[in-house]
Amino acid sequence: MNLDLDPGLQQFRDEVAGWLAAHVPAAPLPSVDTAEGFAQHREWEARLANARLAAVSWPARYGGCDASLLEWLIFEEEYHAANGPIRVGQNGLFVLAPTLLAHGTEEQRERILPPMARADDVWAQAWSEPGAGSDLAALRSRAVRTDGGWLLSGAKTWSSRAVFADRAFGLFRSDPAAERHRGLTYLMFDLRAEGVTVRPIAQLDGEAGFAEIFLDEVFVPDGDVIGEPGDGWRIAMSSAGHERGLSLRSPGRFMAAAERLADLWVRAGDPADAALAGRVADAWIAARAYQLHGYRIASQAASAGRGPSAGGGFAGAESSLGKVYWSDLDIALHQTALDLLGTRAELRDLGQPDGRWLDGYLFALAGPIYAGTNEIQRSVIAERVLGLPR
Amino acid sequence: MDFTLSGEQEQFAAALHDMLADADVPAAARSWAAGDHGPGLDVWRGLAAAGVTALMVPEEHGGLGASAVDLVIACEEIGHHAVPGPAAESLAAVPALLSAPAVDISRLRYAQLPGLPQFSRTGTVKSGGEPADWPARLAAGDPLATLAAPPAMPYAADADIAGLVLLADPDGLWLAEPGTSHPSVDATRTLSEITGTLKLGDSLAIATAVARALDFGALASAAQLLGAGRALLTASVCHARERVQFGQPVGSFQAVKHQLADVLIGLEFARPLVFAAAVALAAHSPSAGRDVSAARVACADAARRAARTALQVHGAIGYTAEHDLVLWLTKVQALAPAWGSQAYHRARVLASLTPCTPRISRTDRTSQPASTTDDSRACG
Repeated sequence: MNLDLDPGLQQFRDEVAGWLAAHVPAAPLPSVDTAEGFAQHREWEARLANARLAAVSWPARYGGCDASLLEWLIFEEEYHAANGPIRVGQNGLFVLAPTLLAHGTEEQRERILPPMARADDVWAQAWSEPGAGSDLAALRSRAVRTDGGWLLSGAKTWSSRAVFADRAFGLFRSDPAAERHRGLTYLMFDLRAEGVTVRPIAQLDGEAGFAEIFLDEVFVPDGDVIGEPGDGWRIAMSSAGHERGLSLRSPGRFMAAAERLADLWVRAGDPADAALAGRVADAWIAARAYQLHGYRIASQAASAGRGPSAGGGFAGAESSLGKVYWSDLDIALHQTALDLLGTRAELRDLGQPDGRWLDGYLFALAGPIYAGTNEIQRSVIAERVLGLPR
Repeated sequence: MDFTLSGEQEQFAAALHDMLADADVPAAARSWAAGDHGPGLDVWRGLAAAGVTALMVPEEHGGLGASAVDLVIACEEIGHHAVPGPAAESLAAVPALLSAPAVDISRLRYAQLPGLPQFSRTGTVKSGGEPADWPARLAAGDPLATLAAPPAMPYAADADIAGLVLLADPDGLWLAEPGTSHPSVDATRTLSEITGTLKLGDSLAIATAVARALDFGALASAAQLLGAGRALLTASVCHARERVQFGQPVGSFQAVKHQLADVLIGLEFARPLVFAAAVALAAHSPSAGRDVSAARVACADAARRAARTALQVHGAIGYTAEHDLVLWLTKVQALAPAWGSQAYHRARVLASLTPCTPRISRTDRTSQPASTTDDSRACG
């Protein structure tokens, strides 16, 4: 057992860090949930893609660099330490792409992945519906067979990035006679196609970070079905771990935030406030634990010969543990920062570097809700890991 | 990087687990608490035969010179089975101390140990006329050993059963004699006041060795807490699957499930911190102290959560002294504050992250805009 980086990995880390130091914008980009901010984040993704850093873990033929899971973790550590912009393409990069790599056809991968990496196509997810949130299998949006494809109808909601995104993916009921998780098909569709209406929904911070999507007989060709029709639930669940676990919120993100929290404590902490000092320490300890958890999974994946895109280390139940952990950590970490800021924590115009803590806190509050509520995850852990009765 | 256990290490853990599971440790612990150390020392003899007591003793002194990772594996199993006796002391802290070059163990050869149990207690080492080679004796598990390190650790645990008692205080390292002993919340433990009788090293000379030994002890106790937490979770899950109320197993209720899920999460994410600390200590890394403290904080919190939840899930039966759960509940209660408080370990983590300590007061801060507080960094 060792935690040493071999020279090749250290070189990879240095190269990534060097590129980021030279290219990450000095001033933060405008919010990704505004038209201007979205466009600037798209440009940033294109620069990453030109350096083959947009999706390091993908095979080289689709624009990646065949990075191992450990290399990906290191990339993420450097990205967040360098204050890299929010990844506008993350739904595609971290959820759809692994699904295509595992279940898609070669034609789909060649057609979809390279423009995804360049952010020519930004993808939104379309899972939840007004009547199907935690109970996703209750979904009612339909896919009806038509000549050469399918007609999609229904309503999807809480679709992150859908306001400005180009395309979306989700589950649709293709067999009206089947119930629950049977008879669902995994489909991709164009958000600008005829019959699609996107209604922005303002979030807690006032920005339109997600949207409702209304579909009225939207045509989708057969080539945009992932896997077999009717097999959508299995395919979605096999990659659900990607949405919840390491790849959605990588350890590097929390490690960087914990380091910034320690800096904030030096700058703004009251040395006599042992309780707050203890919370700063706890946030760092938890971030470090998550980082080490990632190293363990990466080591196991390496010894089993699995890369990140092959689903290494993303087993469903494992990702449920991680999801509860990082989302609780994110809130504790940001709440601690706000408590350090004292009365200034209320200000929306605090400026940098302190202004990011309030934004981060508001964003963190969504963590225990999205990607499967923490209540659902705890039940999954209890039943599938601990073996408690349903 | 390879942050996994080797096949050999997995086998070592499984073998220890099987051995301890067969040894009826709960009965031995109850005998131990009642004053009969015999069955418990049989367990220790088994551990010695498996090489556990020799792990941290260097090979030139008759030990195995194993890695701190192996120590963690063994201590996790010892905690998992709630083995009575001074484990972190005998297996980790004292061997680390006696193998430090700065500590003059030759003086131990001529030590008079009035009132202490003498050699050969566990029968693995024959007592002879010649002065004993202490590291070799420790490697053989005879005797067990303990130490106190005031002010943080004022008492020596289990000095009544230890054949070697040490005191590391601000004046130096001492061979020591136990005095008044106090009962612990863990009925298998006693805490003794001790007095130094023979000086083994001056404080300046042995400060680094003592600090490292205390880190080893804290790491070992963190692993014990992790193992105890795992046992408490397993017991709780078994109980929740079997205990029927309202016509169904109580483990089918979401309120119970979610508490047990949180226990698992706490333990799962404490575990890698323990192994990372072992790797850092073994490598003499400058971050070892920080890493040990991080592991201690996480393991003590996770084990206490496991204990608290185990009691709640078991209900009234768990609150009885008759149920074996009491052995783990009180073990966690006793080990959590041993080897430094949570506050101490959190402060040590924070100090390692922030070489510059904050010095502005709360009143100053509220009157200052953020941009100017940069000037008050206490680096200079």
